[in-house]
Amino acid sequence: MTDWIKQKKERARRLKEVVSLVSGKEVQPADVTALLERVICSGDRVCLEGDNQKQADFLAECLTQVDPSQVHDLHIVQSGLVLSEHLDLFRLGIARKLDFSYSGPQSAAIARALDQGKIELGAIHTYIELFARYFVDLTPNVALIAAVSADRKGNLYTGPNTEDTPTIVEATAYKNGIVIAQVNKIVDEVPRIDIPGDQIDFIVQAPKPFYVEPLFTRDPAAVTETQILMAMIALKGIYAEYRPRRLNHGIGFATAAIELLLPTYGEQLGLRGEVATHWALNPHPTLIPAIESGWVQQIHCFGSEVGMDRYMSARPDVYFIGHDGTLRSNRLLCQNAGLYACDMFIGSTLQIDLAGNSSTVTPDRIAGFGGAPNMGADAHGRRHVSEAWLKAGHEAAGSEGPLVRGRKLVVQMVETFGEGMKPAFVEELDSIALARKLGMPLAPVMIFGDDVTHIVTEEGIANLLLCRNADDVEQAIRGVAGYTPVGLARDRAKVEALRARGVIRRPEDLGIDLLQADRNLLAARSIRDLVTWSDGLYAPPSKFRNW
Amino acid sequence: MIPENVMNEPSWYELSARARINGLLDAGSFNEILGPQDRVMSPHLAFFDLPPAFDDGIIIGRGMIDGRPVAVAAQEGQFMGGTFAEVSGAKLVGLLRAVAKSAGTPQAVSSVFLLLDTGGVRLQEANAGEMAVSETIRAILDVRHKGVPVIALIGGRAGAFGGGGLVTACCSHIVISEQGRISVSGPEVIETNKGVGEFDSKDRALVWRVTGGRSRVLLGGADSYVKGDISSFRKAAAHARNSVPTLSLETLEHEQERLEQRLSAFGDCRDTPEIWTRIGLPNPAGIADLTEDEFIHLLAKEEVRHDAR
Amino acid sequence: MEKFTIQAQAKTTLGGKSPHALTGVVASGNLEILFERKEAPLTVTVEVMTASHGYKPVWEAVIKDFVERASPGGMHIAIHDNGARPDTVLLRLMQGARLMETQS
Repeated sequence: MTDWIKQKKERARRLKEVVSLVSGKEVQPADVTALLERVICSGDRVCLEGDNQKQADFLAECLTQVDPSQVHDLHIVQSGLVLSEHLDLFRLGIARKLDFSYSGPQSAAIARALDQGKIELGAIHTYIELFARYFVDLTPNVALIAAVSADRKGNLYTGPNTEDTPTIVEATAYKNGIVIAQVNKIVDEVPRIDIPGDQIDFIVQAPKPFYVEPLFTRDPAAVTETQILMAMIALKGIYAEYRPRRLNHGIGFATAAIELLLPTYGEQLGLRGEVATHWALNPHPTLIPAIESGWVQQIHCFGSEVGMDRYMSARPDVYFIGHDGTLRSNRLLCQNAGLYACDMFIGSTLQIDLAGNSSTVTPDRIAGFGGAPNMGADAHGRRHVSEAWLKAGHEAAGSEGPLVRGRKLVVQMVETFGEGMKPAFVEELDSIALARKLGMPLAPVMIFGDDVTHIVTEEGIANLLLCRNADDVEQAIRGVAGYTPVGLARDRAKVEALRARGVIRRPEDLGIDLLQADRNLLAARSIRDLVTWSDGLYAPPSKFRNW
Repeated sequence: MIPENVMNEPSWYELSARARINGLLDAGSFNEILGPQDRVMSPHLAFFDLPPAFDDGIIIGRGMIDGRPVAVAAQEGQFMGGTFAEVSGAKLVGLLRAVAKSAGTPQAVSSVFLLLDTGGVRLQEANAGEMAVSETIRAILDVRHKGVPVIALIGGRAGAFGGGGLVTACCSHIVISEQGRISVSGPEVIETNKGVGEFDSKDRALVWRVTGGRSRVLLGGADSYVKGDISSFRKAAAHARNSVPTLSLETLEHEQERLEQRLSAFGDCRDTPEIWTRIGLPNPAGIADLTEDEFIHLLAKEEVRHDAR
Repeated sequence: MEKFTIQAQAKTTLGGKSPHALTGVVASGNLEILFERKEAPLTVTVEVMTASHGYKPVWEAVIKDFVERASPGGMHIAIHDNGARPDTVLLRLMQGARLMETQS
């Protein structure tokens, strides 16, 4: 007879092992390591919640303290590998295999660990791709998650930084896994129930609140004239041209400059209400002036941002706010919104090759993908129509007609030289050399060239939709690559021909004078200005203050 | 489209020293002494493989404010941290000595404006820089003694630290904005010497709570508080030179007495909100978060004025 | 410090009366440029002193473009560079030329 309830029995067995360590669902901080040693078995798939911003940092620390002779060969499946503890698991021999999405601050350490054979890498995913696999073949046996507060029944309030939590818990709890939550506080009643208590097995009040990293705050004081010029080029050459109403912005300074130019230059161009009305976007402080000026109707968020909570709570017409009055973010749903419901993604990258492929991998860093590949990809399952989407599709096809489908606008904004005079345009992406070195079957590419529709640099726009062959694409890219070696090696005659066809557009072709790019065009030139725009509701972290 | 309370005028904090002078003085009135085309530059920086500046980071000259002749010196805070050095120091001292010499003659100026923006002494020429600071202090006191007020305008990126803090304190009158900072030891210096527990230089709210414009003006370390746009500085500059007491023994004794009182009243406080609590300011922890208008209103209402200069 | 001089011929003499103008600041990633009206009417001389070594070909390309765009005949241009990127260099050169044309 087949045993159809093996997983259920195994779960019951593990829960029984820890009865002496818990009172109801509550565990004392000092008992967590012992608990983990009993509920986690060698070879388990474990999700140690590490989101873009929020980390189950206390549980991570406890997991590094388990006895590796008892618990080893774990398979870590989590979106963000950002704490040093996350890597310690591999160093200490507790974990062996890894599937993840994003590594941010640990990007150099991951590259080293991979090189030394400490990590057996499954794959680097995009967010929704990893979340999708939670429900297919990477379902966690144990999930260690973080929430703001819990009641004694285990009902969780995950608050503004809800991020990945509902997805992780859904996959684990409904497949006979075990879910342990660290919370900042155990309370009698949570302000709202983000996760129902029957999906949570154990709760522990962590000694310290979980850390949240401010990732999306760009100080207007650091926006350069070059970035302002690029923002003007994008607004006039792309926003005014295609009129994308639904969009996502990346987190770079060039897109921050666009946000800060909406109420000034965008207003001069008559674009208010015509573009950028609905967003899938993290709570960017630099969007406050545009929101306050009536540009924005609605924003759904992947996560939250430090200092933005009170502002968002006071703008429930714009943000998704619970009945308790605080933001509810959700990474899976927002990523999905960005993939299917947005007409445009515009963001920065580190390297672009001659086919328009882009990557943020450098020889010694693996930063992972996060969400950009989904934001920056044409969703072939999309069937609804918008003006921007159709126009892009028609340009790409070179024709109109009942069967010519649209295209998502995927715009890469890069300054031709990055930090330390590193050229952004290259003959070959560094990620190819890295893949060769590590024996990866597929080099990490952030956005493939066939998804990119436009590249914006300070030298102008390359419209890849209008390119008809690989040579067009190469010369269009060289034609905006400035004084990088790739740019200097352009075929000047071909570039001028592309310019005549409107494939390349220079600032002067768009009626933009280089010297117009002035910081006085920014709707806010400092974080302090953003606070003023927000009517004092935005409370920036101390490191951004100069008052 | 930008609301009135968001500054949309050129900002003192952001502008270069040259642009600050242009905004401060009557249009077209500035006559620069030893300008960039004279190429009076640091002979030391080349030894360190560092590029020089045509004006060595300080601009000196004469001009007009509301038609009255003034002398002006502006440090460029973005060049080498706006530091005191051999050439830049000599330019500043030379200007001040010329002002003192011309006092009472037809070439006299009505006041001197020092647009300080400095981290202190330039490390690559530290001895010359230290000399420059002391010579500057001496020259300022001479100018003040001749009855010409020397007015410091503080609101740049580098603040007024090290020797710049000392020089500022020797001026007749100090005008500061919210972004402006005055101190002798900078936050990083304190942290390096005394540890992060004593002073966390990355906690920028703390840095400004201690050294910033609002705290300085509330404590009498500055005399006038202005919004950070250039025309507010111009207005304050035009007004300040009319209201400055002359330098005398009596002035100095009053100042000494004031500082002694301040030390005995607040010497044991660990942070400025404790001082604000002690002097009974409303919402002591929230001073930094007041809007500019609210803060200026508070200053007027509380009549905070400790300065005897 | 790397030093070199680049000569070029402009199609026209730069307009305006200003004898000299300074733009930019020697800050990190920035540069200062001193324009002086003291060359023969169509001559352009650019003296570069830069903290970044090995970029002379890039400077030549930027200055060639600048001379084509602004036609700064008669200008002696001296540059103190502290690691500015080429786009910043071009922007400052254009700003300097504009100052020479408009400043009295």
